[in-house]
Amino acid sequence: MAGEATAQRAEATLVRAADGAVTIQLAGVWQLHRGIGAKAAAIERELTQNGKPSRLGFDTQRLGSWDSALVTFLARIEEFCGTRGIVIDRAGLPEGARQLLELAASAPPQSTAAAPQARPPLLARTGAAVLRVAGTGGSALEFVGVVAIALGHLARGQARYRKVDIVTLIQACGADALTIVALISFLVGVILAFMGAVQLEQFGASIYVADLVAIGITREMGAMMTAIIMAGRTGASFAAQLGTMKVRQEIEALETMGISPIEFLVVPRVIALVLMMPLLCLYADFIGVFGGATIGVGMLHLSFTTYLKESAKAIYPSGVLGGLFKSLVYGILIAIAGCYQGMKCGNSAPAVGECTTAAVVDGIILVVVACGLFALVFHVIGI
Amino acid sequence: MSSESEAVGGARPTDGPAATHARAGAEAHITVRNLTMAYGDFVVMRGLNFVVRRGEIFIVMGGSGCGKSTLLRHLVGLERPAAGEILYDDENFTLANAAERQRILRRFGVLYQGGALWSSMTLAENVGLPLAQFTDLTPEEIREVAALKLALVGLKGFEDHYPAEISGGMQKRAGVARAIALDPDVLFFDEPSAGLDPVTSRLLDDLILELRANLGATVVIVTHELASIFAIGDNSVFLDAESHTMTASGNPREMLTNCTDARVHRFLTRGGKPPT
Repeated sequence: MAGEATAQRAEATLVRAADGAVTIQLAGVWQLHRGIGAKAAAIERELTQNGKPSRLGFDTQRLGSWDSALVTFLARIEEFCGTRGIVIDRAGLPEGARQLLELAASAPPQSTAAAPQARPPLLARTGAAVLRVAGTGGSALEFVGVVAIALGHLARGQARYRKVDIVTLIQACGADALTIVALISFLVGVILAFMGAVQLEQFGASIYVADLVAIGITREMGAMMTAIIMAGRTGASFAAQLGTMKVRQEIEALETMGISPIEFLVVPRVIALVLMMPLLCLYADFIGVFGGATIGVGMLHLSFTTYLKESAKAIYPSGVLGGLFKSLVYGILIAIAGCYQGMKCGNSAPAVGECTTAAVVDGIILVVVACGLFALVFHVIGI
Repeated sequence: MSSESEAVGGARPTDGPAATHARAGAEAHITVRNLTMAYGDFVVMRGLNFVVRRGEIFIVMGGSGCGKSTLLRHLVGLERPAAGEILYDDENFTLANAAERQRILRRFGVLYQGGALWSSMTLAENVGLPLAQFTDLTPEEIREVAALKLALVGLKGFEDHYPAEISGGMQKRAGVARAIALDPDVLFFDEPSAGLDPVTSRLLDDLILELRANLGATVVIVTHELASIFAIGDNSVFLDAESHTMTASGNPREMLTNCTDARVHRFLTRGGKPPT
């Protein structure tokens, strides 16, 4: 075996003898980490251009050490010759390489292995994508229907679930979310107040910052920001948990036991989130107003009581209730999006990642679209 | 992992395969008629016809990817047949309405490949869940029954462990404890020995024999583990991936000597030639 010092470049040269016999001379060290190069392509070109022989032999007198790099090269040459009716004479090859080639050729082709499909044309792909999206819409609607039926079972006391699960879930998507909801809504209050302050101060109307923050937070931003936090936090967690249960066949285990996974897993999650969302939203409303107050007091030099009084004057019941109602609807959307994605997760680790991503994206899109629809409807009915 | 070795300690199976084979003349428990299984346009298996008799250990065997697990999924109702029907005690499972289906399902116990224990619950809660959902037992009684079932599979003292805290072999046995929680009529095992060492896998075989002897359940096992097939199988079907149908059925030990189908013989002898 050639050592590092004597290691030469791998070479393959086609030699045509006077009597018409064609030999490939192999030389040097053939190792994968040195790369394979385009040696096979060069030989093939040579064989095609200068007339094809009937037999092909090998000369390995100058061949150094070799590994799969050589076998890969030989397999390609053999396949090329096989399709063109050139007989290969393996006699000149090293014993090990010959055996590997025989082993690779001996395995029967898998009849069940599907042939790799060519990439379909753009039009076909577009059509397939549209059908897929349309199908997703249909299956999502079906899921909503199944959940509604399960909620009906629950109302009639026929649903199979564990009460302890609901309590745990309420803690996970209620109490455990308080810190992040507080942080975000406080900052949103601060940002709203700051933006308002810069403009309103020019008119000497800084006191109206309190009105702006109070109305903005209670009507829109409290519910919206809570929903976005919960989509990223709880929607993702629902999807990841149900997706993993799907991968581990835990959901099938429920089904074959005669327990509906919708009743047992989805309904408690929807209920827990729907119960907690309005509470979190109310909490976010309070914290948001306090966030605004820090700007009012710190930057505009209003007194804390003046600010709160002005806020209280600005807040009107239908605005607050509208916000709470919206948050309830957002809760349903996020829980359904998360559970739907989790339940239709595929059977692999990447599938769990994809379903979690989709749950968050769908959740946020649904919330923002719903927010737009609410704005329109509330405007029409005059809230 | 001392409990691993004392898994099914104590009594050896009282009922050897030879003794149970005699009673395999009992009435049909599961009847599969002209079953075709397909995913979309792709037909996995067609024309499956076989009968599983009450109390026998029935093996579904075949090479990897031939549709063994798919057949199991059809038998337990996770997939709908593309054609044909499955009957349990002359009740049509394929055409059953939701209520009938639920009733038939409740007589099943299924052990999934990885155990499929509910990872957010302790072992006692896993075994206790079907009891809590389908019986009127009090929580204390449920705990006692769950502890008993866990003791039966050699997991006494592991009631409050979570599935992630125990070994793969123990998870499988806990899966068995959950499957037998409601004293089922039929036990389904999906590749019970997959991922287990030979000794543990043997202990699981013994456990299956004991459960059959003591519960009188019919057992359907999907496996390609030859040692298990010959040790505990009373009856079997061989699913052939190339012809997409069953190519042999009967007692696996007799099949070894009688069956002339080349692929079946190659499977049963790990690549040997059929008798001429």
